Amino acid sequence: MDSDLSPQDKKDLDKFIKFFALKTVQVIVQARLGEKVCTRSLSSPTGSDWFNLAIKDIPEVTHESKKALAGQLPGIERSMCVEISLKTSEGDSMELETWCLEMNEKCDKDIKVSYTVYNRMSLLLKSLLAITRVTPAYKLSRKQGHDYVILYRIYFGEVQLTGLGEGFQTVRVGVVGTPIGTITLSCAYRTNLAFMSTRQFERTAPIMGIIIDHFVERPFGNVGHMHPCNYRLVSPQDEGAYNGVEDSQEVCTTSFSTSPPSQMGVPGKEGGVPQQVPVQPCHGAQAEHRRVSSCPPADHVPATPSTKHPTSSRSVGVKSGSPCGVLETTFTRKVGAFVNKPGTQVTTASLDLPFAAFAPRAYDLEENDPMVQPPESSATSSPLQGSLHSQGSGESGGPAQDDFVMVDFKPAFSKDDLLPMDLGTFYREFQNPPQLTSLTIDVSSQSMAEDLDSLPEKLAVYEKNIDEFDAFVDTLQ
Amino acid sequence: MNCRSEALEVSVEGRQVDEAMLALLHTILLHRSTGKFHYKKEGTYSIGTVGTQDIDCDFIDFSFVRVSSDELDRAIRKAVGEFKDAMGNGMDGMGQISLEFYQKKKSRWPFSDECIPWEVWSIKVNVVNLANEQERQICREKVGEKLGEKVINIVEVINRHEYLPKMPTQSEVDNVFDTSLKDVQPYLYKITFQITDTLGTSVSTTMRRLIKDTLAL
Repeated sequence: MDSDLSPQDKKDLDKFIKFFALKTVQVIVQARLGEKVCTRSLSSPTGSDWFNLAIKDIPEVTHESKKALAGQLPGIERSMCVEISLKTSEGDSMELETWCLEMNEKCDKDIKVSYTVYNRMSLLLKSLLAITRVTPAYKLSRKQGHDYVILYRIYFGEVQLTGLGEGFQTVRVGVVGTPIGTITLSCAYRTNLAFMSTRQFERTAPIMGIIIDHFVERPFGNVGHMHPCNYRLVSPQDEGAYNGVEDSQEVCTTSFSTSPPSQMGVPGKEGGVPQQVPVQPCHGAQAEHRRVSSCPPADHVPATPSTKHPTSSRSVGVKSGSPCGVLETTFTRKVGAFVNKPGTQVTTASLDLPFAAFAPRAYDLEENDPMVQPPESSATSSPLQGSLHSQGSGESGGPAQDDFVMVDFKPAFSKDDLLPMDLGTFYREFQNPPQLTSLTIDVSSQSMAEDLDSLPEKLAVYEKNIDEFDAFVDTLQ
Repeated sequence: MNCRSEALEVSVEGRQVDEAMLALLHTILLHRSTGKFHYKKEGTYSIGTVGTQDIDCDFIDFSFVRVSSDELDRAIRKAVGEFKDAMGNGMDGMGQISLEFYQKKKSRWPFSDECIPWEVWSIKVNVVNLANEQERQICREKVGEKLGEKVINIVEVINRHEYLPKMPTQSEVDNVFDTSLKDVQPYLYKITFQITDTLGTSVSTTMRRLIKDTLAL
């Protein structure tokens, strides 16, 4: 087969094949670095640009290629393969594509080595440049960094495509006929990225450490080296953003304000909702309640706004009153962001006047709020609450407080001489509707004690009626 | 010698026309450009180096490689711009842009040089109008995939290694290559287009030009 080839041509051909293989690997790896490649055209040749193409040589890649070739050349049944795979921050890896430089026995004896073969190899490299941007791994490699990195591996010998999963596609980049065989360049790429779709975008802790390890060490040992196709460090800013995203999912509609809330009673507005029943409060408050258990309730105002841990809003757990008649409740207070003074725990029993800590303005509304004062149907007695109870709507503040001035709430443009109930009264009555009995503090705290006591009785009753219940269940099925 | 003719077809949204055409034309020209020839004594020549550059599309989920030559890029953009203007703004329509590689054959006086095409790429463009952002997003991805398939088609055709003009001597180089650019040397090419309005009748500017060329008027 080689007898027709002159020694010079043979030498040239071997050299062309060797450099073609090296340049092929460079093009493939550079296309998976995750960055745009740009090289300049030079009208005057430098003498070092093989195939008249400006393809940079990354030294590490050249070194790996030469190591894999180990002095041999790609030939018949000696294929050179570049395997591109993806490794996630969790350590899972998946082969994405395998580029194969193979040679078959079909020879083109008449072809001119120094001219036609060389030019066709140049054309094939251009085709490789184009095709490497078209396979699915290109887009993945452009987005590598946080969640995953792209690795490459060069091996020589038999092509292994089993790692590409089912249904992999093959694209042929091109062929070059030579007097000793036909060189073919092709790519087999994975189409089944199912593993990716379920795990790719799970929020995890940043993987800076792992990426750094890739640069410093070779964790995969001597055989089958996998190397990162990434020469950039992940920037520290990204770590912060990651935390922020994580937290924002946990913390929902918390509002941030720079001043303490003036109203206690309106749920959801400023978030200062007393956590009466663990089941019922708004989600945001509950989330914060959970978070408090992991970090101490020290005042912690972050230096930077909401992208970091928003621990500026915190809640202190609610202690249900003990069933001894005196209601002692601690109310949760949400502190706005950047607030310096700590929110104080307010216990009604410790004050002479309820809600003295609050702005006087809001007094009128708060003392009528059935959230902080039990509805009239409650049977419990508490001296404090009794006094609150006696306040009718529309009347002013506490008896002992002289600072408060009675202001008759007159809505604009209303006339109060025609109807027995004026607009103001109507408005006030219906602005604060009575809470459901099951939601009031004392009812729940008391009923819990009662419930505990009455449980045995209830159980006895249910046991008696067990047949009825069974029949009911049967009708449902 | 028969001229090799290849046809490609794409459906794109109005604002994707430019990038889709640039992507395909530049991919073809990447394969049909060499470095600048520098002729030496004894009929030998050396060839300059062709650089490449990655281009990301803004309106399509696609990236392509083009030759690093601003002059060539400007020439292609100008032609694509004229094509887009002829297609009109935002209306549904069909058009075809053709990239033709030709050789010049010198004729004796009084006849002017003949242009003999040896490869013609026709890209049919179907412009669609989309109603909402969701459809546009889907279109971005779909057109990106389609362009990828077209690039594979182009590469497949080129790698058949069918007729290419012979490398010319120094005196003939201008009959084969466009030597006007300072950094690269594409084969002589011309870009023409024709617009089909929605009724299907074709505006025959190309026909008129062909007749004009043949009669060398």
